[in-house]
Amino acid sequence: MEFLGILSFLIFFLIQASFFSLTSIGLNIQWGFTGLFNVGIAGFFAVGAYTSGIMTGPRYAETWFGGFGLPVPLGFLAALIVTAIVATLIGYITLRLREDFLAISTFGIAVSIQLVANNLDELTRGPEGLYSLPKPLSELSESPLVDNALYLLICVAVIGLVYWAFERILRSPWGRVLRAIREDEHAAMAMGKNVFLFRLQAFVLGSATMGLAGALYANFIGFISPTDFLPIFTIQIFVMVIVGGSGNNLGAIVGSVVMWAVWSASDSLIAAVVSPDFQTQAAAARIVLIGLILVLMLLYRPQGLLPEKHVVSAAGRMKLKGED
Amino acid sequence: MTPINQHKVNNPNNKILEVHNLVAGYIPNLNILHGCSIHVCVGEIVTILGPNGAGKSTLIKAIAGLLNVVEGHIELQGKNITGMETHRLVREGLGYVPQTENVFAKLSVAENLELGAIHHRDTMAETREKLYDLFPDLARFRNLHAGKLSGGQRQMVAVGRALMASPSLLMLDEPSAGLSPKLTQVVFQQLLKIRDSGVTILMVEQNAKAGLQISDRGYVLAEGVDRVTGDAQSLLHNPEVGELYMGGHGKSTMENVVTATTEVSEPSNGGDSA
Amino acid sequence: MQFIADGILNASLIALGALGLSMTYNVLRFANFAQGEVLAIGAYFALGAVTVIGAGVGVMGPIKFGWPLLVSIPIAIVCTSIVVLMVDYLVFRPLRNSNASRITLIMAAFGLSLMGRNLIHLFAGGDPKYFSFYIPKAIEIMPGVKMVPDDLAIIALSAIAVVSLHLFLKRTNMGRMMRAVSENPTLARINGIDLKMIIRMTWIIGTALAVTAGTLQGHIFQAKAEMGFDMLLPMFAALILGGVGNLYGTVLGALVIGLAESFAVYFDLSAYRAAVSFMIMLAVLLVRPQGLLGERE
Ligand SMILES: Nc1ncnc2c1ncn2[C@@H]1O[C@H](COP(=O)(O)OP(=O)(O)OP(=O)(O)O)[C@@H](O)[C@H]1O
Ligand SMILES: [Mg+2]
Repeated sequence: MEFLGILSFLIFFLIQASFFSLTSIGLNIQWGFTGLFNVGIAGFFAVGAYTSGIMTGPRYAETWFGGFGLPVPLGFLAALIVTAIVATLIGYITLRLREDFLAISTFGIAVSIQLVANNLDELTRGPEGLYSLPKPLSELSESPLVDNALYLLICVAVIGLVYWAFERILRSPWGRVLRAIREDEHAAMAMGKNVFLFRLQAFVLGSATMGLAGALYANFIGFISPTDFLPIFTIQIFVMVIVGGSGNNLGAIVGSVVMWAVWSASDSLIAAVVSPDFQTQAAAARIVLIGLILVLMLLYRPQGLLPEKHVVSAAGRMKLKGED
Repeated sequence: MTPINQHKVNNPNNKILEVHNLVAGYIPNLNILHGCSIHVCVGEIVTILGPNGAGKSTLIKAIAGLLNVVEGHIELQGKNITGMETHRLVREGLGYVPQTENVFAKLSVAENLELGAIHHRDTMAETREKLYDLFPDLARFRNLHAGKLSGGQRQMVAVGRALMASPSLLMLDEPSAGLSPKLTQVVFQQLLKIRDSGVTILMVEQNAKAGLQISDRGYVLAEGVDRVTGDAQSLLHNPEVGELYMGGHGKSTMENVVTATTEVSEPSNGGDSA
Repeated sequence: MQFIADGILNASLIALGALGLSMTYNVLRFANFAQGEVLAIGAYFALGAVTVIGAGVGVMGPIKFGWPLLVSIPIAIVCTSIVVLMVDYLVFRPLRNSNASRITLIMAAFGLSLMGRNLIHLFAGGDPKYFSFYIPKAIEIMPGVKMVPDDLAIIALSAIAVVSLHLFLKRTNMGRMMRAVSENPTLARINGIDLKMIIRMTWIIGTALAVTAGTLQGHIFQAKAEMGFDMLLPMFAALILGGVGNLYGTVLGALVIGLAESFAVYFDLSAYRAAVSFMIMLAVLLVRPQGLLGERE
């Protein structure tokens, strides 16, 4: 019994960690490999989650647009496509412009999606959220443990597939161009590369991956609501990628598992140690802490714990002495 | 043009700038200057020559405090200024006109000049009048945005801006870059006037012949080291100089090389647009 | 007509915040995602000051906010500036010195923003706070257009702040130095400008504008931890819409955003206010990437 308890907890933990891992891989291709800054991770994750929820969920209200009850794989596919479309729109408008315009726009899209999630009842059912979303393969067995184990297999398979595909394309000439762009945009341009197109592809690819992660999440938890997609999620993914070392997909996965373990442990710790009167303060303090970890990482270990294997060329970093 | 080197101020005890064995670069462990030594005496015009990428601009930037000095020291008017912050050097009497991006394009000419004098507010009006006498064009353009001016006019604004701080030593990085030979001569004549008004000049020049003609002395830099030095005339006829320029081939003197290099060298390269 | 009046009030607050944002954007060269929290922290400091002085003490004629609020603004500016300068010293200065990319700076700001919001939660609690419990009495300024005297005073105060900023940047030596640094920091140093001093000044001015916006906003609505974060998108939209680096552009952008938002409220789309400003920003970027009054790079 004891053993089964631990096992089922472990499986549950790993499934959740895999949502983060997949999202981190998506961010890694944008930020780690291409130098694009996405502040709207939570938004893209939400788009994927809601899309799959709308496609696969049962129709429980007449006024609701969704509830098509489609098979889950189709929900995942739809999540990929819709996130890709949203990312293409944003990327098309802002990727030609100054790099921080992308940051501002992705932030804007995350805020807007949050508003839609909260208010557009016809699509998202507002704060109530979507529930009773189907979980694939769960009809095979009665035991939740087996259910979850099977779902973990799905997650691992998806991550494995995405990881393998990304590693391949990043080693291909396409991936080398991405890195060249990150190191020196002008040199890449001089080589006759359409920098904008490469960036757009990387951005859409990364965002679609985040959307897929959102769909995996929605159909596992079975219930989504706007509070699942707050800016804290974006920060958590940053921290995971930085801890793992940006530009390293294995690092992104390791960082995700490690940081999710830290997060879950602190959850239990707060629940056990802090008196109920101070739970909200403890929750706020914990968010302060994750922000602090991000800032400290940027200051003291910007290359992360598992840095990129390829050395960053000196040319990308040359500048005159700073102001003090 | 008549030779200029009549006035003899080359008194080695009267050094305004002394750079000793300078080692410096842009990033740690990648030095560009490898022990470079030069000096400038009060009242001189000294020209630094050298092939592209020799480290001429780097030397000037290091003197101006824009780079971390790894080894060696720099003295300005007898004071050790090694590692001094750039913005303090203006008050020590150092003026510097960079090779590129040397004016504030979005500000008016008048504002550019005023920025030159932020530490000399009291004498600003007076200096400005003198400057307008020297460069009447500046007065005409004073309300235009500096970015709207031609290359030569912009160069004038840049020099004027540096002069507004009444420097004792003015460093110019390729003042003739992008100028026609005729305009180059005009600018150089103005440099002579500036020198005669009591400002010592250290400049980097690609146009070796024209540069040396108005100079008292010169240095030839190659690969981050001062290789040859001497008075301007001797440098023009020194075959070693030609070899440095041509990368060690041929036995030509500067006068022959000069024509060769001026033909091939591009006006102002983007090497230091950082 | 009424929604135009409301829109202008809204715009004046957005303009103050966006101008603060534009100071850091132009001189420090990064989009400060923590500007919203500067605004919120400022409002809380002002709230503290008002509470200490005693709210409602000096009611000035029809204007209810009285001198305690006016006094609380400079106090809050000083306190917030100290916090901001400390954060710059501890976080942004080391990042600048290590030549960190702009993205790293933005990311740090994003992390700080999250910290700021939750620190407010931690110290001041999650419930909204009110500066006073007065019931605003609107007066008719034009046929069919009613405004609360306080709101008119706020619009006037914002206008004064914008004009002072303009005069400061155009007419004073310090303002000229700031414009010089924003165009070319290296050349500015060569001219003898102390970059560290200019950076401090920039933070202080950006903070002052944000704190003023936050305090006034707190007065007419309420103070809460998310108040600045919710303003961030409208502020960025105003900045980009008007053309980054152009003071008038930013004010114009704020006006457009403010009016659009009150238009949204008018059409019962108040829930989507922030999204409205974002859509307008995207539309403008699509047809005129340099913004309404910006210059092409
Ligand atoms: N900002 C920079 N960062 C890193 N390296 C630089 C930078 N600027 C110049 N260098 C390198 O320093 C070396 C010397 O450059 P420098 O600009 O001093 O040459 P120069 O003698 O002035 O040449 P030119 O006649 O073309 O102006 C070159 O190899 C160049 O690549
Ligand atoms: Mg040079």
